Amino acid sequence: MATTHTRAAARLTLAPSVILLLAWMAIPLAMTLYFSTLRYNLLMPGMESYVGVENYGWFLTDPAFKAAIVNTLTLVLGVLAITLIGGTALALLLDQPMWGQGIVRLLVIAPFFVMPTVSALVWKNMLMHPVNGLFAWIAQSLGMEPVDWFAELPLFSIIVIVAWGWLPFATLIILTALQSLDSEQREAAEMDGAGPVSVFAYITLPHLARALTVVVLIETIFLLSVFAEILVTTNGGPGTATTNLAFLIYAQALLQYDIGGASAGGVIAVILANIVAVFLIRMVGKNLES
Amino acid sequence: MFNRTVGLALGALLASTTLAGAQTLTIATVNNGDMIRMQGLTDAFTAQHPGIALEWVTLEENILRQRVTTDIATRGGQYDVMTIGTYEVPIWAKLGWLLPLNNLGEDYDADDLLPAIREGLTHEGQLYAAPFYGESSMVMYRKDLFAEAGLEMPDAPSWDFIAEAARKITDRDAEIYGVCLRGKAGWGENTAFITATANSFGARWFDMDWKPQFDSPEWKETLTFYVDLLNDAGPAGASSNGFNENLALFQQGKCGMWIDATVAASFVTNPAESTVADQVGFALAPDNGLGKRGNWLWAWSLAVPAGSEKGEAAQTFISWATSKEYAELVAEKEGWANVPPGTRTSLYENPAYQEAAPFAEMTLASIKAADPADPTVDPVPYVGVQFVAIPEFQGLGTAVGQQFSAALAGQISVEQALETAQTIATREMTRAGYIK
Amino acid sequence: MARAHTPARKAAISAVAWTVALLIFFPILWTVLTSFKTEGQAVSTPPVFVFFDWTWENYATVQERSNYARHAMNSVVISVGSTLLALLIAVPAAWSMAFSPTKHTKNILMWMLSTKMMPAVGVLVPIYLLFRDWGLLDTLGGLVAVMALINLPIVVWMLYTYFKEIPGEILEAARMDGAGLSAEIIHVLAPMAVPGIASTMLLNVILAWNEAFWTLNLTAAKAAPLTAFIASYSSPEGLFWAKLSAASTMAILPILVLGWFSQKQLVRGLTFGAVK
Repeated sequence: MATTHTRAAARLTLAPSVILLLAWMAIPLAMTLYFSTLRYNLLMPGMESYVGVENYGWFLTDPAFKAAIVNTLTLVLGVLAITLIGGTALALLLDQPMWGQGIVRLLVIAPFFVMPTVSALVWKNMLMHPVNGLFAWIAQSLGMEPVDWFAELPLFSIIVIVAWGWLPFATLIILTALQSLDSEQREAAEMDGAGPVSVFAYITLPHLARALTVVVLIETIFLLSVFAEILVTTNGGPGTATTNLAFLIYAQALLQYDIGGASAGGVIAVILANIVAVFLIRMVGKNLES
Repeated sequence: MFNRTVGLALGALLASTTLAGAQTLTIATVNNGDMIRMQGLTDAFTAQHPGIALEWVTLEENILRQRVTTDIATRGGQYDVMTIGTYEVPIWAKLGWLLPLNNLGEDYDADDLLPAIREGLTHEGQLYAAPFYGESSMVMYRKDLFAEAGLEMPDAPSWDFIAEAARKITDRDAEIYGVCLRGKAGWGENTAFITATANSFGARWFDMDWKPQFDSPEWKETLTFYVDLLNDAGPAGASSNGFNENLALFQQGKCGMWIDATVAASFVTNPAESTVADQVGFALAPDNGLGKRGNWLWAWSLAVPAGSEKGEAAQTFISWATSKEYAELVAEKEGWANVPPGTRTSLYENPAYQEAAPFAEMTLASIKAADPADPTVDPVPYVGVQFVAIPEFQGLGTAVGQQFSAALAGQISVEQALETAQTIATREMTRAGYIK
Repeated sequence: MARAHTPARKAAISAVAWTVALLIFFPILWTVLTSFKTEGQAVSTPPVFVFFDWTWENYATVQERSNYARHAMNSVVISVGSTLLALLIAVPAAWSMAFSPTKHTKNILMWMLSTKMMPAVGVLVPIYLLFRDWGLLDTLGGLVAVMALINLPIVVWMLYTYFKEIPGEILEAARMDGAGLSAEIIHVLAPMAVPGIASTMLLNVILAWNEAFWTLNLTAAKAAPLTAFIASYSSPEGLFWAKLSAASTMAILPILVLGWFSQKQLVRGLTFGAVK
């Protein structure tokens, strides 16, 4: 068939762009790999030397490392849970006819445009602060004890702040998928006597599977390296309750200025990310096949 | 409004291009009020020095620190003048990263600089940074609440008195907390406060062989005292409160006492911001009768990177910004109370300043009471009151601070916190080669 | 059970939807309100909502202190420039991956996405050294390149999923007519790909606009975008809520307006091929 021939031709023409792309992507990774084998501290110039895998050993035996892995995963899963469930619920709601639908939708997507540092500062001091914050004021008005968010539920508080920023993204994608749902199919099911729950479970949800997968994949990429929100609110504390991998690497790079150690941390983060990616493909990747 | 904005900015852009012939200094500085004022006085400087134009990079403290450190360490050359603290100056000067300031002019009068501050910026007899403003820490308290409780604050209180008074004043139903202290993890946040406090309890970070001392009884006493005090008499959320959170609480009238930076005095006595402006009294940071007080010493200072091609112009600027004339200029435009504090003896001898700043005397006494070269009861191999002037301290201080905040939040016990701190510190110091 | 579109039902749904939407929007609304308060009012308890003396003072202060227009202009150049550069590299690559896939295409895509999960701070110093040697520190060109680089995986992936939706038969038909490869792309497929490219662009502009690590760490005075503008108002010694709120409002506003106006295009691309 002629197509095989043209395909080969196309591949040949377009190969340079793929190669360029791969090279472009590989530069930072290669540099990080190189620096991770050096003893290199910015604040001790002239002491650079090759140390092999020592930096990796150092990073992996950090007492905070285990907590950081657990916190990283908890943060990702927590935000995913909130945005997937909340996003689906919101999308179902926004799909209904209502007054002022356009404005409602605008209000809901707005948090996506707010810079993480700003949203963290606003949440910490203006909303969640146990004395000055709005939540504390509401709790007291209702006669309840205000919650000391960042001491009692530090990681949860951060999950809430991050989830707030990503909820609009999930909602938008799910809403788009929902609108493409064949309404005849749904109405036929309703005619057959299916209740709203079973319509949702057997018709709507399977239809949304691909959209949900996309949300999981994209959000995971960003959530694995959440960092600004933690720096602004808790600085990784109390204890290591909110130290994630990105924060640990930050401490290594911009507090210790230990470039070797931070590079090793970066490589470890990429390896971890690839493991997560493999899991993701195993678990949800099938949904991406058309 | 937007059009006007664009117009103004375009105007500013054009104006700056006409100055293209002049030498441009890029100045990196912190976004604190005194520096913002300095930025506002740019025209006064350029009027005197038409050959020098100023370009400002004003950033939040943490971001500024990581920017200038990265840049100077890699010889990036992005800044001609850097704002750095008492922590960086000795380390950077030793590494040869800073230009010695020996060209500040005939009438600079370096002998007028407060000795404690000047010493902190000097390396091997040579000044490497000029202090822009200096601070120590002290007790700020509410005179009305103390009168109500029948208490009288001495000028130099002991920790026992502070603890007793704090517990007595606390009235949780009325949202009055006896004492507000830093709790947010970070080497410049809770670690700074607790380290300064530990000095007055006879504790120290390292012994003369750089062995960490968190397993000492003095540290246990310090941390137990701090945690118990805040649990009994501190505000909710203490473990995530830093300087600004406590400032807001104090200004809202929710703290009986607040032990923090002396520069806070001008904020809490400013009626435009503070609801308790006329009720604030000041006292020295507390002690435990061991000869050291729990107050720190810090000076935001201006320095020039070594190898800068604009060293001369940079020193001209630094000389102007840290001079007596600059203080007079600010006084003339914004009043004496807004002059950058804590750097020059002459300022504290000025009757106009004494009158405008009720906290002047106590600020000076606090600064004089701090000694970075001899901060602790037992001898130590390091310089610095609320920090240890070694490159490893930022990371180490933050990791230890996280343990302190966990103890305060009740997640772990004081013993556990100190044990982990000891492990972390031993590990870091071994890697860095201090412990052989 | 037929779905009754009664006014009562619509009213109930509207009420719920508006409540939820306002709750989600509230932190932003609160920021905007705070930007019109004095510093004292901004931290007062009980909080003041609408009944306070509205003041433009904070905006005036911000205006006086910072060169907002220059920062905003830098943000526009960086976000739009980096998006265009990324598209330039990504479109041909995604095209070939979608239409001439090999066994490794999926793996390459996944690997690319996984590099995006590396915390940026781990590569800061290497990149900083490169930038210093190439004279790219504090230049818009350097930032455009870096931002294009870090958003590239997402761009490639979005385009790839979008291009895959384009039916192969059209391609075949065009080839039968003897169209060359370039003609094929320009006349047949480009029109179909435009919506996908447009929405990819939009999402990327938003991501680049809000990126606050590279834009802060690789700039000083000349190329600093709005993230640096924000960093000059956050957390000084002293009260800062009202001024930070004003600065934040000014920083968010342009991208919010863009997002709102282009909502439809954005949504179309955000499907990631998830809609069949």
